[in-house]
Amino acid sequence: MLLDAHLIVERGAFRLDLPLSVARGEVVALLGPNGAGKTTAVRALAGLTPLTSGHIRLDGAVLDSASPEQRPIGVVFQDYLLFPHLSVVDNVAFGPRRRGLSRRAAQAAAMAWLHRVGLAELASKRPRELSGGQAQRVALARALVTDPALLLLDEPLSALDARTRIDTRASLLHHLRDHAGATLLVTHDPLDALVLADRFVIIEDGVVVQTGDAASITAHPRTDYIARLVGLNLYRGHASGHSVTLAAGFVLAIAEEQSGDVFVAFPPSAVALFPDQPQGTPRNTWPATIAGVHRHGDYLRIQLDGPIGAAADVTPAAAAQLHLEPGRPVWAAVKASETRAYPA
Amino acid sequence: MKQKAPLALLLPALLGLVFLVLPLLGLLLRAPWATLGTRLTQPAIRQALLLSLQTATLATVLCLVLGVPLAWMLARVEFPGRRIVRALVMVPLVLPPVVGGVALLLVLGRRGLIGSWLDQTFGITLPFTTAGVVVAEAFVAMPFLVIAVEGALRGADERYEEAAATLGASRWTTFTHVTLPLVAPGVAAGAVLCWARALGEFGATITFAGNFPGRTQTMPLAVYLALETDLDAAIVLSLILLAVSVGILATLREKWVSSP
Repeated sequence: MLLDAHLIVERGAFRLDLPLSVARGEVVALLGPNGAGKTTAVRALAGLTPLTSGHIRLDGAVLDSASPEQRPIGVVFQDYLLFPHLSVVDNVAFGPRRRGLSRRAAQAAAMAWLHRVGLAELASKRPRELSGGQAQRVALARALVTDPALLLLDEPLSALDARTRIDTRASLLHHLRDHAGATLLVTHDPLDALVLADRFVIIEDGVVVQTGDAASITAHPRTDYIARLVGLNLYRGHASGHSVTLAAGFVLAIAEEQSGDVFVAFPPSAVALFPDQPQGTPRNTWPATIAGVHRHGDYLRIQLDGPIGAAADVTPAAAAQLHLEPGRPVWAAVKASETRAYPA
Repeated sequence: MKQKAPLALLLPALLGLVFLVLPLLGLLLRAPWATLGTRLTQPAIRQALLLSLQTATLATVLCLVLGVPLAWMLARVEFPGRRIVRALVMVPLVLPPVVGGVALLLVLGRRGLIGSWLDQTFGITLPFTTAGVVVAEAFVAMPFLVIAVEGALRGADERYEEAAATLGASRWTTFTHVTLPLVAPGVAAGAVLCWARALGEFGATITFAGNFPGRTQTMPLAVYLALETDLDAAIVLSLILLAVSVGILATLREKWVSSP
């Protein structure tokens, strides 16, 4: 492993405890809700926040207490932090200059990178004259020009509008493939992670809750946050045969036989809503109250309160027909065959 | 709010304005405009003006060299007693300048704590010399610079400095290549204020450096002296100082006078 770290940072009541390893050429996504410790992890790796304990080994060197300027690490900050008083090319040349290159050589290296990100013609502009997408690419060039062993990307796309985001994500993917070192991508956007990363590390409240590749995480989410991230309703309970008893005493019927502690997951599209209790077919049904209605792509996502909380996706037409509005009581139904149960 | 101001407020407000402006107007009205040209070229006046410009500029340089690092320490470094240090830095702001002059004499005078050592070891005497004028002016003017620069440093985003560190810049390089350029407008404004204060310095200068024409007699001192012998000369000197003040106000209007 190129990066082998165990980051332990304590700050007041918050504690980050994150074992982390990234191979050469690998892109690992660090996902988590706000306040989970993602930015603290980036700062600890970059040397901007001291470790309480643990270790950081990068490319064979121990960096536990090295100052930021001694670490072979490039950082793309969330809002890029391009130096406003320097031109684009001087921003990119800043790193090479500090690492001992002559002015001329640093400028040449910077220009080469500006060519690579397609912004050579903006070399003499000031950062404030750039669009968001351009600034992002300059920040990437500035971080990569020194050929760092580890590249840290802190929410690299979150400052961009939706359209720019798609283009920038594509170009970022291209540059990450060419990057020989390790890359840690911090994001709260699952799509960024899915497109850009080889492996996922998901943290909540400072600790790792799940790791794995995209397929295993979307198939078997292990926390509410991850379930929401991948768009699933998730419950934990005790299985016996074809039924799972949840903590609240509610019983869910499942398709395959299970026993012991399990997770049960089903997508919001599997939840059907009725004005009265539906009859017939073997379904899980329960009375619920509508807690919220939000637009979600072509569907409306309905948040349900009741014996179990759940999200349901319905078409706007169905929503109009059922008069779905907050406070209204409905019946929810999920086929056992649409559920997925797996050991907890 | 479009409401007529009550007379009880309007009247004192107008009076206050008149009170502030009238003396300056009087200065302009009483000025010996006819002989202004010849007076400006009088050696005594030119000497005082030149000395003032030189000492105020040197004092500003001294304040920059010592005050910018001091402001950086106050804004960027956590150390015990920082609040007390900040309060101490502000003391010359509220201290009567004469008291500052006396204090300087006690420390840097020929028999002062440091003054006697300077005198015996290097043969340097500060009181009643041009260097003493610079010291007195710097003592009084430095807080203006420190306040302005510290404010600018607190307003500047520290994360730029962190970004510089991740790019391999040491703390010193970060200071010279990132921090200083980012707060340059604040430093410039502080330097101008500092220079203006140094230019008008009277109390500490006359106490610590005396009033010797050509050596320690700056413009304000010359005004005071001229008042007793040649009123017109005093007015001309005052006019020059007034012009400089207005000029400074114009330079800084963006930063200090712009309405919210």
